Amino acid sequence: MSIQFKSITELRAMLDDKSISSSELIQESLQLAKKYKELNCFVTMNEKISVKKASSIDLNEKTNSTLSGIPLAQKDLFCTEGLRTTCSSKILSNFIPPYTATAVEKLEDAGSITIGKTNMDEFAMGSSNETSFFGNVHNPWKKGYVPGGSSGGSAAAVSAGIVPAATGTDTGGSIRQPAAHCGITGLKPTYGRVSRWGMIAFASSLDQAGPLARTAEDCAILLNAMSGHDSKDTTSLNSNVPDFLENINQPIDGLKIGIIKEFDISDLDTDVQACFEDSKKNYESLGAQFVEVSLPNISASVPTYYSIAPAECSSNLSRFDGVRFGHRAENTNDLNDLYIKSRSEGFGDEVKRRILIGTYALSAGYYDAYYKKAQQVRRLIKNDFDDVFKSVDLLMTPTSPNTAFKFGSKGTQNPVELYLEDLFTISSNLAGLPAISIPHGQVNSLPVGLQLIGNFLREDQLLNASHIFQKNSDFHLAKPNLEDF
Amino acid sequence: MSWETVIGLETHVQLSTKTKLFSRASTSFGASPNTNVNLIDCGLPGVLPSVNKEAFYKAIRFGMAINAQINQTSIFDRKNYFYADLPKGYQITQMDLPIVLGGSIDIHAEESAKTINITRAHLEEDAGKSIHDEFDGFSAIDLNRAGTPLLEIVSEPEMSSAKEAVAYMKAMHQLVTYLDVSDGNMAQGSLRCDANVSIRKRGDKELGTRTEIKNINSFKFIEKAINFEIKRQIKILESGEKVIQETRLYDSSKDETRPMRSKEFANDYRYFPEPDLLPVIISDEEIQKIKDEFPELPREKEARYQSDLGLSAYDAQIIASSKTMADFFDTAVKKTKNYSLLSNWLIGEISAYLNKEQIEINESKLSADKVATLINRIDDQTISGKIGKSIFEEMCLSGASPDEIIESKGLKQISDDGAIEDIINDVIKDNPTQVEAYIGGKEKLFGFFVGQVMKITQGKANPKAVNRILKDKLK
Repeated sequence: MSIQFKSITELRAMLDDKSISSSELIQESLQLAKKYKELNCFVTMNEKISVKKASSIDLNEKTNSTLSGIPLAQKDLFCTEGLRTTCSSKILSNFIPPYTATAVEKLEDAGSITIGKTNMDEFAMGSSNETSFFGNVHNPWKKGYVPGGSSGGSAAAVSAGIVPAATGTDTGGSIRQPAAHCGITGLKPTYGRVSRWGMIAFASSLDQAGPLARTAEDCAILLNAMSGHDSKDTTSLNSNVPDFLENINQPIDGLKIGIIKEFDISDLDTDVQACFEDSKKNYESLGAQFVEVSLPNISASVPTYYSIAPAECSSNLSRFDGVRFGHRAENTNDLNDLYIKSRSEGFGDEVKRRILIGTYALSAGYYDAYYKKAQQVRRLIKNDFDDVFKSVDLLMTPTSPNTAFKFGSKGTQNPVELYLEDLFTISSNLAGLPAISIPHGQVNSLPVGLQLIGNFLREDQLLNASHIFQKNSDFHLAKPNLEDF
Repeated sequence: MSWETVIGLETHVQLSTKTKLFSRASTSFGASPNTNVNLIDCGLPGVLPSVNKEAFYKAIRFGMAINAQINQTSIFDRKNYFYADLPKGYQITQMDLPIVLGGSIDIHAEESAKTINITRAHLEEDAGKSIHDEFDGFSAIDLNRAGTPLLEIVSEPEMSSAKEAVAYMKAMHQLVTYLDVSDGNMAQGSLRCDANVSIRKRGDKELGTRTEIKNINSFKFIEKAINFEIKRQIKILESGEKVIQETRLYDSSKDETRPMRSKEFANDYRYFPEPDLLPVIISDEEIQKIKDEFPELPREKEARYQSDLGLSAYDAQIIASSKTMADFFDTAVKKTKNYSLLSNWLIGEISAYLNKEQIEINESKLSADKVATLINRIDDQTISGKIGKSIFEEMCLSGASPDEIIESKGLKQISDDGAIEDIINDVIKDNPTQVEAYIGGKEKLFGFFVGQVMKITQGKANPKAVNRILKDKLK
């Protein structure tokens, strides 16, 4: 029986009733990765070690961990000890970390097996996975179409059924948007819910790790393992972590969902609009109530984000200087020459663009006008959310204004065109709030995602509302036809 | 024309914490290159800083000692610049909200006292070290120092001579060592300063254009560098030209300051709040604990030495002036009752020895225990003061205890009247001519007889007993 497209819950049952061993499971997962090599989901495979881990799990019969023996893929910006970690950048193409990121360590401690590291936009900067040094990732639903980004490899690997789940990171939509484009479920937790230790930083105050999976239930399983305070990350939250599975089946009678007035969806593709209207009706039939709410400052989200994120990135990426690790240019004259050549050769265009924007936004004479102003607007946006959550439980928006697009069709002339991909997702990063994307239909055989935004630390409500939706619909069960690969 | 000098100092004090400001790597000095370095210190991808509260406590202790305002909420900023010994490409420092604000330090220069106001003191991490002269064609980087906590203390421009700047640094040294916030070792770079120097016409209100002399790490160089700079600037002004605002380096081998290459300082540091650290909050309980455990400062020690131990004001001040000396005295004083003899020895014999060797007392072979024993042996007349001095020399060389030396060399004082009397009888018998002369009125010869007794006993006879018995015998 094939393991392809199976959820964690299904694989767990197969492992428990011995219809498959972990070794067989891992072998098959690795085979699938090879079979769909053309998708270009993976940058580095972890074949030897994952096979070894699986057989040791098979020998130790007893396990009470849901994730024991389950294959996972990790976005290639989580440091993994002894396993190359590139951020899909030339500058780190030879980097083998001496330590493992907390999020990955926790998943592995729960028994899961990392079969490989997934392709992504370089340093997580992009919304189409087209900025990777290791090439484009195909959308499993349509060859030559983007999987979304930046966690494009993770989303495609789950969508193609190679692994039941994968990790991603989300700075402005990098989990939710590729989840939407690939027809899977992706959760960005509350900022600080998952430790950032070992996660190579793009924008420190916005980055958050989370799961991509076939179902909300599987996202809950991963989040259970990944969450928690970490003394190595002072920005990780010291709050109680609930069991995210515990209330996932609660009826959603009386759940109050806000529709954001400022997001005018009448501009969007009529089919995307139709999905949204259908989902509203679906939720209403499940007992939810809709109210229109206003977040007066939310329209400033994109420019605010594109001041803060590049500013932090310009500083965070200074350590890639060719001195201690990573790519170092040859034949350099002096230290300055070493910096200029190593970084010019090592970084791709989009990364360079953002470093330049960020350096400008922080420079003397511009700091107040850009970075400081953006932080002030960020505060206003956060206040808007605080106000709104006094009267609603969740907010609902499309995840992305459109479905997956063709390689090279967006942002090549004007990068801002691509930046607008994140219109609906960015504000929850600015406010540090949890948000999820679930599949809720298709347009021209390409998946469409629905976004729910939750209040601070209320991933449980997001997962509950998503799970109930998935129990009463089958959008999440749709599988891509992979015959072109 | 009469000129006036204006000097402000930025002092970098390396805080004596066991581990670094944002990592748990050791801060010990002198380890092999790149051994006191962990993932955080070398700025690997994905690492995050986490704070060492001990550094905050030390900074606060300093703030309290200078009567400054303490900011219990600390916010950090990134100072961005590229250099090979700066692993992250930015330094984590405090820009807008320093932990210590205001306060003042009293200095004594050339018989006069003055109070220098402090602008601010903030916490920051040190960089590593670049070594340019050890490998042909390469520069080497040692990151052992990277991440070591520094307190940067900025003074108001209130000093008016190199001597005052030195006095300020001496007061700073005394304070930070007393507070145990730093080992104050200038040779190892634990205490160093940048001097901002400007010249103006006496009576002018506006400050002249200043230059900044970077990284001066000895009292001697502070004085020389500033004096050179004062002369240089006056010369420029007297020739009708203008001083250029710039950063300069003091070259001790040539005794001159010269401009640093513009590349080394022409930076826009792009400060912004460090997003990897939440504000660090020091609670009222922690503040109270720091107050409760506040160490005794020089003034308090001086007063206590006078009132409790009966030392003279002069002796008390000398002993209290150095933390290491005062610590030594405080330990030794618990082991002896003759405080004044102990303080005499510390100020006399022991200080002379330390000066000669150019070392601190904690770098010598002397321990408070052994010195107290020496004082006790003199005090209980086991040995004479003179023998004490030779024992002291031996202690300095070998580190042996006074009792061991007394024992092995048979230096125990002869205080037994019978034994001394026997020797005196021999001396009288052997020197009839001198005895006659003495009795005939040549009283100066008394010393001759004492000398003879001491010669025979190799100095071990109790001088008081010798005097008494001799006088008796020669009546």
